Amino acid sequence: MMYNNEHFEPVITPNVDKAGCDTLDFYLKNEDGYKALEKALKMKPAEVVDEVKKSNLRGRGGAGFPTGMKWSFMPAAPVDKDGKPKPKYLVCNADEGEPGTFKDRLIFTKTPHRMIEGMIIACHAIASNKGFIYVRGEWFKETRLMQKAIDDAYKAGYLGKNILGSGFDCDMVIYRGAGAYICGEETALLNSLEGKRGEPRLKPPFPAQVGAYGMPSCVNNVETFAAVPYIILKGWEKYAKMGTERSGGTRLLGVSGQVNKPGVYELPMNLSINDVIQVAGGVKGGKKLKAVIPGGASAPMLTAAECGVLTDYDSLAKAGTMAGSGGVIVIDETVSIVEAAYTLLKFYEHESCGQCSQCREGSHWLARMFKRILDGGGTQDDLDYIAKICGNMAGQTICAFADAVTGPALSSVKKFRHEFEELIRNGGLEKTRAHTHSYVTEGAHV
Amino acid sequence: MAVTEQIKKTMEGIRHQFPTEQALLLPMLHEVQNHNGWVSMDDMRAIGEFLHLPLSKVREVTSFYTMYKLEPQGKVDIQICTNISCWLNGADKLVSCAEKKLGIKCGETTSDGNFTLSHVECLAACGTAPAIMLNEDYYESLDTPQLEKLLDQATSDLAANKKVGKSTRVDGVWP
Ligand SMILES: Cc1cc2nc3c(=O)[nH]c(=O)nc-3n(C[C@H](O)[C@H](O)[C@H](O)COP(=O)(O)O)c2cc1C
Ligand code: SF4
Ligand code: FES
Repeated sequence: MMYNNEHFEPVITPNVDKAGCDTLDFYLKNEDGYKALEKALKMKPAEVVDEVKKSNLRGRGGAGFPTGMKWSFMPAAPVDKDGKPKPKYLVCNADEGEPGTFKDRLIFTKTPHRMIEGMIIACHAIASNKGFIYVRGEWFKETRLMQKAIDDAYKAGYLGKNILGSGFDCDMVIYRGAGAYICGEETALLNSLEGKRGEPRLKPPFPAQVGAYGMPSCVNNVETFAAVPYIILKGWEKYAKMGTERSGGTRLLGVSGQVNKPGVYELPMNLSINDVIQVAGGVKGGKKLKAVIPGGASAPMLTAAECGVLTDYDSLAKAGTMAGSGGVIVIDETVSIVEAAYTLLKFYEHESCGQCSQCREGSHWLARMFKRILDGGGTQDDLDYIAKICGNMAGQTICAFADAVTGPALSSVKKFRHEFEELIRNGGLEKTRAHTHSYVTEGAHV
Repeated sequence: MAVTEQIKKTMEGIRHQFPTEQALLLPMLHEVQNHNGWVSMDDMRAIGEFLHLPLSKVREVTSFYTMYKLEPQGKVDIQICTNISCWLNGADKLVSCAEKKLGIKCGETTSDGNFTLSHVECLAACGTAPAIMLNEDYYESLDTPQLEKLLDQATSDLAANKKVGKSTRVDGVWP
């Protein structure tokens, strides 16, 4: 595969296929491990923030918010009402649960020190002495691997008191979630981290003012932190150059679904979705492509004809979808889009935290309606209803979960309306399958 | 069973890491869930006493998170991911295979109390779909013969009183 990007080199995953790549020893010997930290500790915090700003690093958790800017929102020296200095916290979002997303797990198991180093540098940049890593509860093995990496970093003097003789102290603590997708939303995560129900908070106040345990906090994704050592060590220019005008670096794309070689690929952003499918070995079984969900379950679907779009944030946004969490889900010609969307809507129905009635009721109704259409009880009016329900959800709730639900619901109806109408006409999926014998309606060979 | 001294000791060991006592609630629930296989009302009461939290608070938190079980479970918890990428790669076949082999439906426990079967949401193993969890351990890129073998192995390990599906756990060590 020609990347057609002379500046590209892997930032996060150059060695993830090598034996022992998760160890401190390997990181130090082969990857300039903790050299960036050494460099950063000699810089002023504001200089580190500036470097990250100029690199155009954007958050890899889903929203794509510029990381340097987020760091600069942190108050310099916050005090409580008695004038006493308040602690500040850095929080790593390792709740990876967006269906189709599995890149952070690769970082946890293959290059944990890169993330830890990025977090320590970030702590220095925002003048915080403590980082929390919120890990999804199902990751027993992954959590223990990360804990081992943290222990090793302490022993080697990269964490703890007076790091590398700089006078800077930093502690890193793991916190385990317990099976709630919504805790990936940063304010729900903060509540969960405090031992509470993982319900999103109304904003403002933003985490930079009132975050974890009431203190100013900064939340970033695993991959975001893992990109930081490179930026500091090699300089912002090199990182920025690899990307597009408004978004620096590489992206980790987790390609899954019906492709020959599913997996996490670190790629430049000037590739199209079709190119990405090629990198992942093409559509499985030589079948035709029907649709792609380009950024995790919440990202609106693209039809095969739309897959020439580039994978950078702005191009995907312009195409009416989003870069999201980098989970690229490939769907072939044999799949019923109604059923695929229903699979996701069932998930949302289960995971809505229930605080907002539009979201709680809306996600329930959407799942029921898609099921009804699949089972043969749908009507033409349902399709208008779906749009109406979605209209009442997006942008009207405490958190962006409700918007996420509308991603697959609206895009499937809008772009594959004929499949819904076919099921409504024929009395459901089973009957449709029985008399069309295959389910090919459209698609393209990639 | 309630809350063992070991669990309290583990909590004391990590208390200094957190600014508030309530932060220990999730870790403590995890340890109780692991030790007892579920979280009973008595457990919640004991946790509340230890962390100085009212029972109502402990309860509302426990019931929010799906990993804390409010009823006894089988000794082996089989959770099959049926979300999008696993579904596209035959998760349904794994479900019917497990249902047939265990003679129960998803959401049920075998009458000998050995296995509980359920669906689980995306495990972030979509690149190696379909994926399942067997207690704490992931199994990925699984087909039905492999699943049957896994279930057989778990059955004989249980009979031999061996630890099942907790290959990376060290008792008494958090996390
Ligand atoms: C419903 C929902 C789920 C989310 N899940 C995750 C997640 O699993 N991991 C993550 O890093 N961000 C997730 N986010 C985004 C976070 O709220 C937040 O934007 C992100 O952690 C910030 O980090 P970044 O700036 O480095 O991207 C989610 C957002 C929403 C609305
Ligand atoms: S939008 Fe949904 S998930 Fe978000 S706070 Fe409201 S009910 Fe909860
Ligand atoms: S969809 Fe099954 S692990 Fe992600």
